[in-house]
Amino acid sequence: MVDFWQIIQNAAIEIVSPTTAAYALAALGLAIHFGYTGLLNFGQAGFMAIGAYGYAISTLTLGFPVWASVLVGLGGSVVFALLLGIPTLRLRADYLAIVTIAASEILRLVFTTNSLDAVTGSADGLSGYKNGFADLNPIPTGTYGFGPFTMNEYDLWLRIVGWGLVIILGLLAWQLMRSPWGRVIKGIREDEDAVRALGKNVYFYKMQSLILGGLFGTLGGMIFVLPRAVVPANYATTLTFFIYTILLLGGAATILGPIVGSIVFWVLLSAVSGFVARAQAVGWFPGMSSVQAGQTRFIIVGVVLMLLVIFRPQGIFGNKKELSFVK
Amino acid sequence: MSSSGGPSTRPVKTVDLHIGDSVPGVKKTNPIIVADKVKRAFGGLTAVDVDHLEIPRNAITALIGPNGAGKTTFFNLLTGFDKPDTGKWTFSGKSLAGIPSFKVARLGQVRTFQLTKALNLLTVLDNMKLGAKGQKGENMFYALLPWLWRKQEEENDAKAMELLARFKLDTKAGDFAASLSGGQRKLLEMARALMSDPTLVMLDEPMAGVNPALTQSLLDHILDLKKQGMTVLFVEHDMQMVSHIADWVVVMAEGKIVAEGPPDEVMRNPAVIDAYLGSHHDSDLGEDPNEEQAEHAMKELLHDDDKS
Repeated sequence: MVDFWQIIQNAAIEIVSPTTAAYALAALGLAIHFGYTGLLNFGQAGFMAIGAYGYAISTLTLGFPVWASVLVGLGGSVVFALLLGIPTLRLRADYLAIVTIAASEILRLVFTTNSLDAVTGSADGLSGYKNGFADLNPIPTGTYGFGPFTMNEYDLWLRIVGWGLVIILGLLAWQLMRSPWGRVIKGIREDEDAVRALGKNVYFYKMQSLILGGLFGTLGGMIFVLPRAVVPANYATTLTFFIYTILLLGGAATILGPIVGSIVFWVLLSAVSGFVARAQAVGWFPGMSSVQAGQTRFIIVGVVLMLLVIFRPQGIFGNKKELSFVK
Repeated sequence: MSSSGGPSTRPVKTVDLHIGDSVPGVKKTNPIIVADKVKRAFGGLTAVDVDHLEIPRNAITALIGPNGAGKTTFFNLLTGFDKPDTGKWTFSGKSLAGIPSFKVARLGQVRTFQLTKALNLLTVLDNMKLGAKGQKGENMFYALLPWLWRKQEEENDAKAMELLARFKLDTKAGDFAASLSGGQRKLLEMARALMSDPTLVMLDEPMAGVNPALTQSLLDHILDLKKQGMTVLFVEHDMQMVSHIADWVVVMAEGKIVAEGPPDEVMRNPAVIDAYLGSHHDSDLGEDPNEEQAEHAMKELLHDDDKS
């Protein structure tokens, strides 16, 4: 028999998991890029990889404390954004899309290459960088929470930091978007020449937006690797597209959208994969192997998301009125 | 042409703008823009080749010419949206060559576009407030400290509502700009440009695609700008409108200035008629079915104020 209670419990865990928080952060960054500024950044995975590797390499190879490792990651992210933005932000929007998707792939391949094995760990990636973060934990050893949310002190600390970041950065983005700065940014999304004609330095604003959203992605990348290891294969383009899915699911030009979108995405993914795996094991799907069952979740989630985007294109929190004017 | 209407009262024309004969490149008593040898070619096509042009201050100047004459390209060059191959020009004595468009706008020379650029998914009020200059809250770091710019924001709110009321858009302040009609968008674009207190307003085809009922109010608004001490330069096709409100008319054809002068004078200039109708419009080509049309167009071109 399929244990539905277990499936529900496993799915519930995802609501507060640090991975969900990491994706929410990256999606918030993408909301700033795509939803508010209209920048087609297809390299959010690259910004996340810089966060993950920047943190891990600084800690492992250079022996930096936590705060310095975080700063290295953020600094790397700003440099990456400048490298991408300087040549492309003066050009049409599609150039940024091409350059970002290529640059994030280049990053991933550089991190995978064997000649840098001593620093990046090549395809095996990096691990053992969590001690500094665990040492900062003020929570005494023990077991916390209830039901499916039972966890040890490290997991609780990680969740507090992850979701604390989501809340702080969410508030920061919310304040920015209701300020005159946000008005310029949204104006650029609608028509950058019109904004230019009103005396605003469009290039400068686009650069600020690219850097800011990138930093969100980088922090997301750091949270992402704290419950696991740094593995280069995680930063393929699929990661970027999952984040786009989350963004569109929640509503592109909203603050709550990317956060709730991330929760819905991960709960759905966990529930579907849990169900398919268990149903396959008890023989509900004759002729399906367990490997196939593992892949089926993406097919089902993909269909569900397609339906959502077709029937609720503005996302969960998007304004229906806004969409009625999109050509 | 009665559909396009005219301004409600006969506008007061500004005269004595030029020194000497009104020939292309004539000197003005008080020019706001002086352009010299401005040239822009797209491949083999020379879109703009202006030898010398002065735009009079505190007057309404119309830039007319047939399609493809280079009017909009010249507009783009003057506002920094395009770079010329050669040439220099000044705005109130300040050289503008090589200055990016957003800085040109900050100097007080704002423009609108032929294809209206309302920021669709911003509210009408937000569209307006975007036009205000020197906003502290547009700095990313100040944006996080709302008490630094709240007062300025309220002032801009009040100013925007006042302008919107003047343009009869105040009831739409909370709506998305996308919900406005084509004519209302033109009004919004003009009102938005005024938020920055410009000295020179450049309107690229302000009447294109505007519902005749709104033409009247648009014309009045353009005349209003002059009354408030601004200078207006606009591109237009509608001859009736040009002769009604313009104090000075500059005619472009094939990238060059072919004539300039007060509207009535320019309309009678043979070079202008050539530019619009082709230089062979009066030679006998036998039974030309277009003859009647050409004659009709001529009459329209020579349109006289008294008829309206």
